[in-house]
Amino acid sequence: MDKIKAQFLKASVQYTFVGLYLFIASLWLKLSQESILAFLMMLTSILVIYSANQLSSKVRIGIGIFVLFILLPFIAGDNRYYMEVSTQVGIYVAMALGLNIVVGFAGLLDLGYVAFFAAGAYSYGIFATAQANNFLDFYQFPLEGGWFWPFLVVGLLVAAVFGILLGLPVLKVKGDYLAIVTLGFGEIVRIIFNNLDKPVNITNGPQGLTPIAQPNLFGIVINTPFHYYFVVLFSIALIILINRRLEDSRLGRAWVAIREDELAAQAMGIPLVKTKLLAFATGASFAGIVGVIFAAKQTYIDPTSFTLMESIGILVMVVLGGSGSVPGVILGAAIVTILQVQLLKEFSFFLNDLRLAGIINLPSQLDPSKFQRFVFGILLVIMALYRPNGLIPAKRKKIDIEELKKLEMDAPTTGILMKLQNKKGGK
Amino acid sequence: MDQNVLLTMLPQVLIDGLTLGFLYAVVALGYTMVYGILELINFAHGEIFMVGAFLGTEVLLIMQSFGILEGLNPFVAFLLAILVASLITGGMGVTIERIAYRPLRNSPRLIALISAIGVSFFLQDLVRFTEGLVRNAFYLSGPQLFKGIIPLSSSIFIPTKTLLIIISAIVMMVSLHLFVSRTKWGIAMRAVAQDQQTASLMSINVNKVIALTFFIGSSLGGATGVLYAQQYGTVDPYIGFILGLKAFTAAVLGGIGNLKGAMWGGVLLGLIESLGTAYMGPLTGNAFGAEYKDVFAFTILIIVLLFKPEGLFGEAVKEKV
Amino acid sequence: MKNKKLFYVLLVVLAVGLILVGCGSSEKASTSSNSSSSTSSSSDSSSSSNSSSSETTVVKIATQSPLSGPYSAMGEAIKLGAEMALADNAEKFKALGVELQLFPQDDQGDPKIGVSNAEGIVSDKQVLALVGHLNSGVARAAGPKYEAAKLPVVSPANTAVDLTTYGWATFHRIVAKDDVQGPAGAKFAFEDLGAKSVYVVHDKTAYGQGLAEAFQEGAKALGMNVLGFEGQEATQTDFTALVNKIVAMKPDAIYFGGMYNQAGLLVKQANERGFQGYFLSGDGSDNAELIKIAGVDNVKKTYITSVAGDASRTEEGKAWTQRYKEKFGKDSSTFSVYGYDATLVVLNALEKAINENGGKVPTREELNKYVSATKDLKGVFTTTTFDEKGDNINAEVFIYSFEEGTYPAKFIKTVSVK
Repeated sequence: MDKIKAQFLKASVQYTFVGLYLFIASLWLKLSQESILAFLMMLTSILVIYSANQLSSKVRIGIGIFVLFILLPFIAGDNRYYMEVSTQVGIYVAMALGLNIVVGFAGLLDLGYVAFFAAGAYSYGIFATAQANNFLDFYQFPLEGGWFWPFLVVGLLVAAVFGILLGLPVLKVKGDYLAIVTLGFGEIVRIIFNNLDKPVNITNGPQGLTPIAQPNLFGIVINTPFHYYFVVLFSIALIILINRRLEDSRLGRAWVAIREDELAAQAMGIPLVKTKLLAFATGASFAGIVGVIFAAKQTYIDPTSFTLMESIGILVMVVLGGSGSVPGVILGAAIVTILQVQLLKEFSFFLNDLRLAGIINLPSQLDPSKFQRFVFGILLVIMALYRPNGLIPAKRKKIDIEELKKLEMDAPTTGILMKLQNKKGGK
Repeated sequence: MDQNVLLTMLPQVLIDGLTLGFLYAVVALGYTMVYGILELINFAHGEIFMVGAFLGTEVLLIMQSFGILEGLNPFVAFLLAILVASLITGGMGVTIERIAYRPLRNSPRLIALISAIGVSFFLQDLVRFTEGLVRNAFYLSGPQLFKGIIPLSSSIFIPTKTLLIIISAIVMMVSLHLFVSRTKWGIAMRAVAQDQQTASLMSINVNKVIALTFFIGSSLGGATGVLYAQQYGTVDPYIGFILGLKAFTAAVLGGIGNLKGAMWGGVLLGLIESLGTAYMGPLTGNAFGAEYKDVFAFTILIIVLLFKPEGLFGEAVKEKV
Repeated sequence: MKNKKLFYVLLVVLAVGLILVGCGSSEKASTSSNSSSSTSSSSDSSSSSNSSSSETTVVKIATQSPLSGPYSAMGEAIKLGAEMALADNAEKFKALGVELQLFPQDDQGDPKIGVSNAEGIVSDKQVLALVGHLNSGVARAAGPKYEAAKLPVVSPANTAVDLTTYGWATFHRIVAKDDVQGPAGAKFAFEDLGAKSVYVVHDKTAYGQGLAEAFQEGAKALGMNVLGFEGQEATQTDFTALVNKIVAMKPDAIYFGGMYNQAGLLVKQANERGFQGYFLSGDGSDNAELIKIAGVDNVKKTYITSVAGDASRTEEGKAWTQRYKEKFGKDSSTFSVYGYDATLVVLNALEKAINENGGKVPTREELNKYVSATKDLKGVFTTTTFDEKGDNINAEVFIYSFEEGTYPAKFIKTVSVK
C-alpha cells in the first residue's frame, strides 16, 4: 500500500495518470453523447488535476485551462444540455466564490446573498426589455445587445450599493443575529421586487421580465449555452484572480483577523466598519455580475428565481467545499449544482422508468428529485458535525521560521533593518 | 374607503392580531429559552412547531377514523392532542440537541447555526415525505373541535376556538413563568443561563438542564402547533419556517433571553402585522397593501437591532472579552 | 526540464486521442443514423433510406410539467394523460415505422429549472414535440428556447395571455386564455349571480395576478364596483386581516386568483368572520382539496371558472376516465384529459406529416407546420383549431359550483371563446 502511495507521489506517474484520465474521459464523452456519467468524469478531471500535487502549480493551471477552455467545449460543445449544465455550474461557482468572501474570509454569515444576485439580474433585465419605458421616457428601450458588456459593470455597482445598503445598518449586529437580519433583508428584497409593479411599474411584479435582449460581441449574437459557457468561464477566471489577490492582501488579512476575533482585530487598529462593508460590497458585486449574465442567459427573470432556498443553496456550497478555501468552494458549488440539476433528476428518471416498466412500485413521494431540502439539511448537519472546515479546508499560509531566518541572513535591502545592517557592517 | 368602515373593523382586526400575537409569543418563548442558555438561535424551532401542528392534527384524525372523536368532549380531545404533540416534540427537541447541537457546543457559533439550519430543512422534507406517503397530499386538514362563534356585536365575532387559543397560550406562559421562577429546576436553568461553569461547580448537571430546556421549549412549540392547526384548520410542512422567523423577531423585539419580553414582543408583533395588513392599503391609497405583510416583521427586526439591540424589555449586556 | 518534456508528450497523446475520438464518433454517427436519420432532414442520404423501411424510428414526445412540489398533482396528470395517448396510438405508429416514446421532465413549477430542462429536451434530437407546461411563468421562460430550436409545443394548461403574443411560431395551446376566463367569471358573477360589487384578491404569482387582473378588467367593463385589488404571497396562510377589511366593506363577492389551498383558507376565514356573499375563483382552485380545506359547509356559495372541463360529462369522456383509472390506478384529475388531447394534436400532426412525406419522419420544423395547421381535431373532450397565433378558437371556459360540497364540482354552464 505504501509503495503504491509512494508511486503516486512521483511526478511522472501523476502526469501519466492525469493524461490517461483525460484521455478516457474525452473518449467516453465523445462516444456516448448522452451519458451523464461521462460528463461527470470530464468535470471531475479538474479535481484530479488539482490533486496531482507533484505537478508545479503552473502546469496544473495550464492543464486546467486547457480542459475547460478547449477540451470540454470541443467535445461536449454540440450538446446544448451539457453546455447548459456546465454554464449553470459556472454561475453557481461564481456566486459561491462571492459568498465565500463574506462568509469564508470575513466570517459574516449572510443568508440573504441572493438579493445581490437579484439586484444584478434586474438591473440588466429592466433596461434590456421594454420594461424601462414604463418609468423613463428619454430613450426607447430595450437597449440593444451590445449594452450587455457595460451592464456587467452596472450590475456590479448596483449590487455593491445593495451590499453597502445592507451592510450599513447591520454592522452593529453580530454573528447569528447578522444571519437572521440578512435573511430578512433577502426576503424583503424579493418581496419588494415581487410588488414593484405598482404604484409605478418597475419590475413588472410576479409576471417577470421577458424577452431580455441577447448580448452581442463584434456582431456575434450570444444566445446559446455554448456562448454563455465562455462568458461564465471568463468571469470565473476573473473572480478567482481577484479572490487570490485579495486573499493575500492587507484587506484579506484584515477580514481573516475580524473573522477570528473581532475585538482583537479592532484593537490592532483594523477599522471594523470599513473592512466589513468592503467585504459585503465585494461579495455582492460578484453576485451582481453573475446576475447580469444569468438574466441574459435566461431571457426571462421573475422573483421566484431569488428565493431563500437559493441563498441557502449557495451557503451549502460554501460550507460543503470549505469556507475560505477557493478550490473548496469551487468543488462545493460544482457538487451541489450537479446534485441538484443532474443527479437527483437522473435518478428519479431511472426510478420512473422502472416504475413505468412495472418493476418496482414506488409512490411518487419517494421521487429523489423532491429531496432537495432533505439532502441540503443532512449535508449541512453532517458537515457541521464532522468536517466543519469543508471538503478542501482553507490552508493557512504557513510562515516558515527557518525561511524567515534565512531571509534575515540575506541582507535586507530596504527599511530600517537595512540601515541597521549597514551600520553593523560599517563597524 | 370611508372612515366608518375602517373604524367598524378595528375591533375585529385587534382580536385577530392578538390571536396571532399569542401564537408568536409562545413560539418565541422556545427561542428565548434556548438562546438564554446556549446563545444559539435554534433555527429548527419553527419546524418543531410545524411538526406539533401535524401531530395534533393526526391525533384528531386518527381518533376520528376510529369514531372516538364524536363521543368525546371536545375539550378532552383538544387536551389529548396537545399532550401527545407536546410530548413527542419535546422528545424531538432533546434528540436534536443531543445529535446536532451538543457536539458543537465548543465550536464557533456559526457552525452550530449552520447545523441548526440543516436540521430545519431536514425536518421540512421529512414531514412532507411522511405525509405524502401516508396521506398522499401535503396539505393536512384536521377536524375542527370548536365551531361556536360568540358575536359581540353585529360586525364583530369571536370564534370559540380563538378564545380558547388565547386562554391556552396564556396558561402556557404563566405556568412556564411559575416553573422557571419557583421550582428547583427552574432555578437551575437560570443558573446555567448565567454561567455554565459556575453552575456546574454548584453541582448542577448542566447537560441535564440544557436537555430540559430543550424539552420544555420544544413541547411549548409543539403545543402551539396544535393551537395553530385549530385556528387555521390546515397545515403544510412549510408553515414553520416563516412563522419561526417571526417568532424569533418577537423574541428579539422583547429582548432575547427574557421570558416576559418574548410574550410582549409576540403580542406586539401580531398586532402590528394585523393592523398593517388591514390599514396599509387604505392609508396609502392602495399603493402598498397586504402584499407587504412579511416585510413588516423583518423591518421591525432590523430597526430593533439597530436602535435597541437589547430589545424593549431586555438589559444591555456588555460584551465579554 | 523533465516535467516540460512530459507535458509535451501528454499534449501529443491527447491530440492523437482526440483525432481518434473524432473518427470514432463519426463512425458511430453513421451506424446510429438508422435510429435518428429521418429525424433530421439533411441526412436523407442513400445510406439511410435503404434501411428505414424495415427498421423503426424512435420519436420522443416530451412532456414538461411539475412532477414535484405543490403543483405536482396537476403536473402528474398532464404527464399521465400524455403517456396514455402515446400508449393508445403506439400500434398505429408502429405500422408507420415509428416507435413512440415519452420523455417526461419535471420543471417543479420553477422557471429556472424549466429552462435547463428545455435545453435538455431541445438537445435530444429524437424529441420532436413537447406537451407542456402547467405554470405560465415556466412557459414564458422556456418558450424562447423551443422557438430557437423550432420545437413545436402544445400546451394543455397555460392560460397567460401574453404567451401567444411574442410571435412564437412554435407555441400552441388547446385551452382558453385568462382574458377569456377572467371576464367569463365576471360576467357570470354579474349576470347570473347578480353581484354588483367585488373584492379581488390574488396570490402574487404570475398566474394568480394575471387572472385576477383579467377578472378585474372584465368586472369594470360590466360596471361592477371593484372595491379593492390586493395580493398576499402564495405562502401565506393567514388572511384574517385582509378578510376583516373585506367583510367590513360588504362586497357581494370575493374573487381570488390563485391556487386551491389558499382559496380554501380564504373561504374558510371569510365564512368564520361572517362573510355572506359569493366566492369566485379560477381554474387553480379546481381541486378537491379546496372543499377539504374550506369545510363542506363553507363552500355553498363558491363558484369557479375553469379552462378545463370535467371529462366525465360526456359518454366518451366517461369511458375514457374509466380506462384512465384502470391504467394508472387513480382517478383522472383536472388536466389529465387535456394532457391526452394535447398529445393527440401532436400525434395527429405527426401522422399527417409522415403520410404526406412519403413515410419519412418529419423534422421539427415540418412537424410544427402540421401542428399549426390543426383544424377541427376532435379529442376526447376538446376540439382543436389553432388560429394564426396558436390559440384554440374552440376553447371553452366552464363554470362550476361547489354548492353540493362534492368533487368534481357541479357543472353550471359553458362559456365559449368565440
